[in-house]
Amino acid sequence: MHSSDHSAHHPALAHHFQDLDQQKDATWLAMWVFLATEIMFFGGLFLAYVIYRSSYPDAFAIASNALNVNMGLGNTFVLIISSFTMAMSVYSAQMGQIGRLVVFLILTLILGSTFLGVKYFEYKDKFESHLVPGRHFDFAHHHDPKTGELLEGAHSESANKATEAHSSGHSEKAKREIQIFFSLYFAMTGLHAFHMIIGAGLLTWLIVLALKGRFSREYNSPVELVGLYWHFVDIVWIFLFPLLYLIGRHHHG
Amino acid sequence: MSAHVIDSQVIVQTEHKEQENYLTAGYSLKSWFLTLDHKRIAILYLISVTAMFFVGGVFASLMRLELMTPQSDLFEPDNFNKLFTMHGIVMVFFFIIPAVPGVLGNFLLPLMIGAKDVAFPRLNLLSWYVYIVGAAFTMFTIVSGGVDTGWTFYTPYSTSSSQTHVVPVVLGLFITGFSSILTGLNFMVTIHRMRAPGLSWFRLPLMVWSIYATSIIQILGTPVIAVTLMMAGLEKVLRIGIFDPNLGGDPVLFQHLFWFYSHPAVYIMIVPGMGVINEVVTCFSRRSIFGYRAIAFANVGFVVFSFVVWGHHMIVAGQSVYSALIFSILSYLVGIFSAIKVFNWTATMYKGSISFDTPMLYVFGFQGLFLIGGLTGLFLAALGFDVHVHDTYFVVAHFHYVMVGGLVMAFLAGIHFWWPKMFGRKYPESIARFSMILIFAGFNLTFFPQFILGYLGMPRRYASYPDEFQVLNIMSTAGGSVLGLGFLLTAAYMIWSLFFGKEAGKNPWKATGLEWEKTTSPPPTENFFETPTVDEEPYNYANRDFTKDFNEEVKVGA
Amino acid sequence: MQSSTVPLFPEQASSFALQVDLLYLFLTAVSAFFTILVSGIIIFFAIKYRRRSDAERPPMTVANLLLEITWIVVPLAISFVMFIWGAAIFFKMASPPKEAMDIYVTGKQWMWKIQHVNGHREINELHVPLGKPVRLTMTSEDVLHSFYIPAFRIKADVIPGSYSKMWFQATKPGKYHLFCAEYCGTKHSGMIGSVIVMEQSEYDAWLGNTKDSSLAEAGQKLFKTMGCVNCHSAQSDIKGPNLEGIYGKQVRLQDGNTLIADERYLRESLLVPNAKLTEGFPANMPAYQGLITEEQILQLISYMRTLTPVVTSNTPSKASTPVTQATPKPEATPAPKPPANSATTESKPSGSTPKSEPAK
Repeated sequence: MHSSDHSAHHPALAHHFQDLDQQKDATWLAMWVFLATEIMFFGGLFLAYVIYRSSYPDAFAIASNALNVNMGLGNTFVLIISSFTMAMSVYSAQMGQIGRLVVFLILTLILGSTFLGVKYFEYKDKFESHLVPGRHFDFAHHHDPKTGELLEGAHSESANKATEAHSSGHSEKAKREIQIFFSLYFAMTGLHAFHMIIGAGLLTWLIVLALKGRFSREYNSPVELVGLYWHFVDIVWIFLFPLLYLIGRHHHG
Repeated sequence: MSAHVIDSQVIVQTEHKEQENYLTAGYSLKSWFLTLDHKRIAILYLISVTAMFFVGGVFASLMRLELMTPQSDLFEPDNFNKLFTMHGIVMVFFFIIPAVPGVLGNFLLPLMIGAKDVAFPRLNLLSWYVYIVGAAFTMFTIVSGGVDTGWTFYTPYSTSSSQTHVVPVVLGLFITGFSSILTGLNFMVTIHRMRAPGLSWFRLPLMVWSIYATSIIQILGTPVIAVTLMMAGLEKVLRIGIFDPNLGGDPVLFQHLFWFYSHPAVYIMIVPGMGVINEVVTCFSRRSIFGYRAIAFANVGFVVFSFVVWGHHMIVAGQSVYSALIFSILSYLVGIFSAIKVFNWTATMYKGSISFDTPMLYVFGFQGLFLIGGLTGLFLAALGFDVHVHDTYFVVAHFHYVMVGGLVMAFLAGIHFWWPKMFGRKYPESIARFSMILIFAGFNLTFFPQFILGYLGMPRRYASYPDEFQVLNIMSTAGGSVLGLGFLLTAAYMIWSLFFGKEAGKNPWKATGLEWEKTTSPPPTENFFETPTVDEEPYNYANRDFTKDFNEEVKVGA
Repeated sequence: MQSSTVPLFPEQASSFALQVDLLYLFLTAVSAFFTILVSGIIIFFAIKYRRRSDAERPPMTVANLLLEITWIVVPLAISFVMFIWGAAIFFKMASPPKEAMDIYVTGKQWMWKIQHVNGHREINELHVPLGKPVRLTMTSEDVLHSFYIPAFRIKADVIPGSYSKMWFQATKPGKYHLFCAEYCGTKHSGMIGSVIVMEQSEYDAWLGNTKDSSLAEAGQKLFKTMGCVNCHSAQSDIKGPNLEGIYGKQVRLQDGNTLIADERYLRESLLVPNAKLTEGFPANMPAYQGLITEEQILQLISYMRTLTPVVTSNTPSKASTPVTQATPKPEATPAPKPPANSATTESKPSGSTPKSEPAK
C-alpha cells in the first residue's frame, strides 16, 4: 500500500496525506466543523440578545432607532454583492481561469473593505455620540433621527408632568437597558467585523497565491474554503442586520 | 485556516534507518518547539500538563494544611479564597481537560488509526502554543496576586465585587478555550479522513470513539464558554450590565451559560479516560471488549445528554420546579451510560487471563472509585437530597471521586501502559505498584471523609469552620499528604525510567492494536514504515498466540 | 456536638430532616450494594481468572444481549425510584403551607439581616417558634449568597434583584448552624450564624420584648413620610392606583397583560414604577431606586399586605379607575401563590438594588 500515486507528487500535497483527494476531504470537513464552532460562538451572543430583548423590548426599540439604518442597509447590499463575487472567484478557480479568479478576488476584497470602512464611520459616530458602553455612555441627549423628539420620552409619552426626580429615576433604568443593547451591538458587530478583517486577510493571501500561479483546475481548495468562510460571515450579518437595526422601526406605537 | 494546504515541504521518506525514531529525529530545541510531529507535541503536552498538575497540587496542599484547624490561621481568608480558586482553574482548565486528549490522544490517535500524523499538524502545534499562552496569562495572574472568584466565576461577584485579577485570568481561559476547540476539530477530522485501509468505524479501538465524542463536545461547547467569559470580562471592564443586576443584567443567566459548557466539559474530562480503560482492561484480561457497540454508542449518548443536564447545577439557584424536575430526570438518564460502561468492563474480565501489572491495578482503582463517584452523582440528581448537600463538601467529594478517582486514575493507567511505546523503556514495576496503592489509599482517605462532612453540612469554599468538623478535616488532610507522596513518587520513578528503565521492545504487553503490533517502540517519525491495513475486529486477543515473541521487529519495506 | 466522636448525620430539627435522611439511607444502601457487588465481582474475577501462564489463550468473548439489557433496565428502574422520591421531597420543600408565618431575610457581604413581621430585627441569628411553619422571603444587597440550615436540610440561593423563598417547620428546640453556602467573597466562611428554635411561649416572650414597631407599622410610617399616601389613597388629588387589597390581586397593565401583584411586582413598581404601569394611570410616580433600602421595601410590602380592601359606598376610585381587578378569592391576606415556589426565585432581575452606585 505504499502510495506511489502520482498525485503524491503534487507540490501542494502535505506529506502525511495519501493523496490530494484525502487532503481536500479533510480540509473541507475541518472548515465545516470550524463553522459549527463559529455558530456556537455567535450563538451565545444571540442567546443573550434574545433574552434581553424580551426583557427590555422598549429600551431595545429605542436604542435600535439610534442606529443608522441606511448605513446598515448599504452594508447589507455590499456584503450580498461580495458573496456573489466570491462565488464567482470559486467558479473561476474551478474552471482554472486564474485571470478572472484574481479579478473577482480583488473585487471581493474591495467590497469587504467597503463594509469595514462604513462600519468604521458608524462606530466613529457612535463613539462621538457617547453611545459606546462604559463610563462615558450617555443617551439622555440623543434625538430620534426621524421625529427629532427626545428618545427618552418616547416610551413614556404620557409622563408629561414628570418632575426632576421622576425622570432621573426613570432614565437611570432606561439608560442601563439601552446600554445593554449597545453592549450587545458592539459585541456582535465587533465580532463580525473581526471576522471580516480575518476574511480580508485571507483574500489577500489568496490573491498572492493566485498571482504566483499556485491554483489550477486540480488544486483550488483554499479558494473554496475561504469562499465557505466568506459566505458564513455574510450570513451572520444577514441575521445581525434585522435584529439590531430594524427592531425599532415598527415599535413606535 | 488552510495554511497547511499549501505545504510545500514534501517529506518523502523512502529510506529509513532501523534505529531512528521520533525521539532521535532531532535534538535541537528548534526540533522540539517547531515540531509538527504529533508524538513530539504529545510530549510537549505531557511536560506542560504535568507541570500544571503539580502547580494545582501545591495549591491543594496549602488549602488542606489550612483546613487542619477550624480557625483560619495559616492564611488570611482572602488568600485561602485565592488558593481554592487557583487550584480549581489550574486543575480543570490546564490539567484535566487537556491531559488525556493532549497527551495520550495526540500520541496515540494517528498510531491507532494507522495514519502518519493528525490531519493538520501545524494546527496541532498551534493548539499547544495557544494552551501555553493561556497558561501564561494564568501564571501571570497567580504571580501578580491571584484571583478569588472560585473557578466558576459566578456573577455578580466576579464582575462587580471581586478586587482581584479577574480580567487576565478570564482572558487566559478564553485563549485556552481555542486550544481545546482546535484540538477537537483536528482530531475529529483525523478520525473521519485519515483511517487506514480496512479500519471501519466498528473496528476502531474504543479509545478513538472516546476521543471522537470528546472532540464533538469540545467543538460545540467551548465556544459558548468563550463567549460567556468574554461577556463577563466586558462587564468587568466596561461596567456594562449583562450579568450584574445592579446594572440591569441577570446573574443567573451567567450560570446557565457557564454550565451549558461546564457540564459537558465534565464529559470532556472523563470520557477520554474511559477510552483508556477500554484499551487497558482488554490487554490485561486478554479478552476482547464485552459489548463493543454498547460502549461506542454510550459515548454518543454522552455527547447528546451532556448538553441537556446543565440545570442540575442550579437546583437551588431559583429555577422553576418544573425545569428542576426535567434536569433531574435527564441527569439520571446520562448516568445510565456510565453504568453500561462499568458493567461492560467488568464483564470483559470474565474468563480472561488477568495479570496485575500497574496499568491494570489503576483500572481496578478506577473501577472502584469511578463507581462511587458515579453513584454519588445519583444522590445529587435526587432533587430533595440535592437541596441539602448542594454547595457542600459532598459535591466536592463527588467531583473529586469522578475527576481524580476516575480521570487521574485512567490517565496514570494510560501513561504506564503506553510509556514503553512512548519512550521505549519500562517503568520499574514494583515501585509503580506500591505507588499505585499509595495513591489509591491516600485518595480514599482524603475524599471519603468529605462525603460525611458534606452531609453534616460543611459548605465548600470555607476558610474556617465550626469545631465539630475538625476530625474529618484532619483525616482528609492526612490522606492528602499520602496522595501527594504517591504522585511525587510516580513522577520520580517515571523520570528515572527514562534513563535507566529496561528496554521495552516493540510490544511488551503482547497487546493488540496498530500502535503495538505494526510499529516500533518508540515509533519512527511517520509512525509506520508502510501504511498498515486492518482486517480484523479490535481486541482480537482470542486470535493471538501468546507463546510467540511479540517483540520481533516490524518488517521493513513492502 | 462533641468533637471527639464523629457524627454521621447533622441533627434532625425540621420536618424535612427525617425525610431527607431516609432518602439518604436509601441512596447509600443502593450505592453500597452496587459498589460491593461490582467490586466483589472484579476481585472474584481477578483471582479466579488470574494469569497462571503466559501461554493461556482465553476464549472469544461471547455477546450476551440479555445481560446487557438487564443492566440497562435495572439501573434505570432504580434511578426512577430515586427520581420520584427526590422529587416528592422537593415538591414539599417548594410548597409552603398557607398559614406559614413570614420572616424576611436580607443577605449582604457578610451578614444575614433578619426582620420579623412585628418589626423585630436581628443579625446572624434567626429565632423561630417550634412546630410552626415559617416562610422566608430573601433577597441580597450585593452578590449571590445562599441561606443554608443543615439541621433543617434546606437551602436556597439568595439573589440580588429578586426574591427567593423557602420554608420549614422546626421540630426540635435548640441552636443550629446557619451558613452561607454560595461563595460571596473574603468572609464567606464568616457569614454564619445560628438558628434558634424555641417553644412557642418562649418565642412569644422573646418576640414581645421588642421595642421596634412592627414591620407593617414601620411600613405605614414610611408610607406617610415618603409621601406615598399623597397619591395612593382615595382622598388624594393626584391619582395613583389604590393599594387597598393590592397584595395577591390581579393587576391589569397598560400593555394589556395582567399579573398577580406579588412581592416581586410590588418591589419593582416601587423601584421602577414605569416598568409595569397599571392600566389607566399616568407614568408619574417617582422611581425610588437608590432611595430606599431592601429592608424598607420589605416594610412597605408588609404594610401593603395589611391593607384590606375597604368595602364602603364612597370609594370614588373604585368606579373611575380600573385599578385592580379583584380575583375571586375572598381572603385578603396572604399568598395565593402559584404552587411550588420555595427554594425558587420567581423572577428575572428587576433592576438594581439600592445602596449600590448606579452606573454613570
